[in-house]
Amino acid sequence: MATPVIELTDVKKGFGPVEVLKGVNLEVHAGKVTALVGDNGAGKSTLIKGLSGVQPYDSGTVLFEGKEVDIHDPIQAAELGIEVVYQDLALCENLDIVQNMFLGREELMQRTLDEPSMELQATQALQSLSVRTVKSVRQKVSSLSGGQRQTVAIARSVLRNAKLVILDEPTAALGVAQTEQVLNLVQRLASSGVAVLIISHNLADVFKVCDEIAVLYLGRMVTQIKTSETSQNDVVGYITGTKSTEE
Amino acid sequence: MSNPNQPGLNLAPQEISSGHEGGLVDQVKAYFSRIKNGDMGALPATGALLVLTALFAYLSPYFLTKLNFANLFVQAAQLTTLAIALVFVLLIAEIDLSAGVAAAVAMDVFYLTTTFGVPWPIGLVSALMVGVILGLILGFFVAKVGVPSFVISLAFFLGLQGVALILLGDGGLFRVEVPEVRAIMNDNLPLWGGWLLLFVVVAISAGLGFYDRYRRSASGLVNRPVSLLLIKLAFITVVGGVVIYVLNLNRSASDVIQISGVPIVIPIVLFIIFAGTFLLDRTKFGRHLYAVGGNPEAARRAGIKVVRIRITAFVITSSLAVVAGLFHVSRIGVVEAASGRTIVLSGVAAAVVGGVSLFGGRGRLVHAALGALVISIIDNGLGLLGFSAGISFVVTGTVLALAATVDAVSRRRGGSVRRI
Repeated sequence: MATPVIELTDVKKGFGPVEVLKGVNLEVHAGKVTALVGDNGAGKSTLIKGLSGVQPYDSGTVLFEGKEVDIHDPIQAAELGIEVVYQDLALCENLDIVQNMFLGREELMQRTLDEPSMELQATQALQSLSVRTVKSVRQKVSSLSGGQRQTVAIARSVLRNAKLVILDEPTAALGVAQTEQVLNLVQRLASSGVAVLIISHNLADVFKVCDEIAVLYLGRMVTQIKTSETSQNDVVGYITGTKSTEE
Repeated sequence: MSNPNQPGLNLAPQEISSGHEGGLVDQVKAYFSRIKNGDMGALPATGALLVLTALFAYLSPYFLTKLNFANLFVQAAQLTTLAIALVFVLLIAEIDLSAGVAAAVAMDVFYLTTTFGVPWPIGLVSALMVGVILGLILGFFVAKVGVPSFVISLAFFLGLQGVALILLGDGGLFRVEVPEVRAIMNDNLPLWGGWLLLFVVVAISAGLGFYDRYRRSASGLVNRPVSLLLIKLAFITVVGGVVIYVLNLNRSASDVIQISGVPIVIPIVLFIIFAGTFLLDRTKFGRHLYAVGGNPEAARRAGIKVVRIRITAFVITSSLAVVAGLFHVSRIGVVEAASGRTIVLSGVAAAVVGGVSLFGGRGRLVHAALGALVISIIDNGLGLLGFSAGISFVVTGTVLALAATVDAVSRRRGGSVRRI
């Protein structure tokens, strides 16, 4: 199999006396959607924060496209091509879609904002994901629905040429139709060659779009298994600790 | 890349628009739909301006005289500048209650330095430096330490009144003997200067408008119909032309002296509006200021240096407030220890009446300027009708309450769209 975009080996992270990650392995491949599931407190957020550089790991190796890296701040993670789409989306409601997609990375021409170039690229990024739910790229985000906002946030990672996109509960606050749209978007994102890691509590969604499922249980990676080789019941077993791969 | 067989998709081919499409009619329709969705922009203030002008013109024979017309602009200049200054902190959902007294202290410094023989340009730079330093300190407390701006600027408001008293001593008015400063509010441009000003304004507007169109089409993007830009330019030319024509007429009440021309303060205020709007609309700083006002956490995650943006906003506010203070001193010709205490609230009121949101992230400098004009017209018109200052305050308060209500209601309507 090809080199994973990201490969974690024996990653550990503790807060004082509490060890949250007790030696975790994880592989995420380009063009694949990998789910990261686990109960509350299993260490999902801590694992993600390490990848995004917000809270570096204490020990363990991180390979990015086969090369060992030490991600110690968010800027470095962004430079590698790791983008996190947070649950609360981090969009500015008073700005329009283009302005949000380029927030913090505005393109300049003669020291002033290069609006045509940004508008063009934002439109292309949305089109590359076959987004049809957004009417105008100059709409304010305050006028968008939850699903449309999620779309903008995901398209922003495309714009930044992300190699690994981490989605934190992308469908948690969405209705049925919008969940459907976002899941389709996630698949299109992966089929464009991006490695996608989704944190989700919704196993139905996970089984719908994910190629692999990684299960965390109390700081340990219980299993990372192909979706086609497991069932919802088994995954629930892994999550709650009633089932393990050593059985 | 995409799989057309995926379920749940609207497969009708649909281009993503940019809001620039369609002819003049479509653009007008889009404008009205924005208003319906709660994005009122300058509409309420413009409406109020027209209604008040008509009302006072009907009620008072003096309101539309040439002399009062010129007076109105001069009277509004100080409030306009202060309101514009306050927009910068209002955009990040903060407030600077000390802007008025900070300006007063800065002008006290100007008085003291020039009185002791320092050339006035250096005195002016020192006054501006006072504004910059006060803004830096205030911004530091708000952005770095995390003290609420309401409280810390209230502390400055009180403390700086003391500083003014200490600098000038108790009581009394102190004459500022700088003819260049007196000229700002009391002298006028030569008649050709007014027309040159109009030409420059129209030329800059046209230049920017056509440059933007050129850049968009060079990128292969759709442009709004060119007629829209031409209508805007024609509007500026006609309104500006009428204003300058009237200001260039002799407005003196006596036959002996002639008073005519555009007051010098007007090009200065126009320059501040132009430069400030350019900063807000076309630079990275401006974009980041709006972002910090809209969602500081999102701005931080996008790599924006939120603390630096916030401090800069406070610095701009208090420095521009010093310019407003300069206009005040130019008009009345004196400094006094008690000045600048109440005007800051009128400045906030002007900004809010114009449509600048107190909750951050929404508002433009032109809106604040319109709001300041509304408040100045109320003041001026009621004064002409012989009403007391008491009535004037009551009416201004009512207008502010109205504006805040319109803001709240339109914001709620904007929010309901989101829930669909």
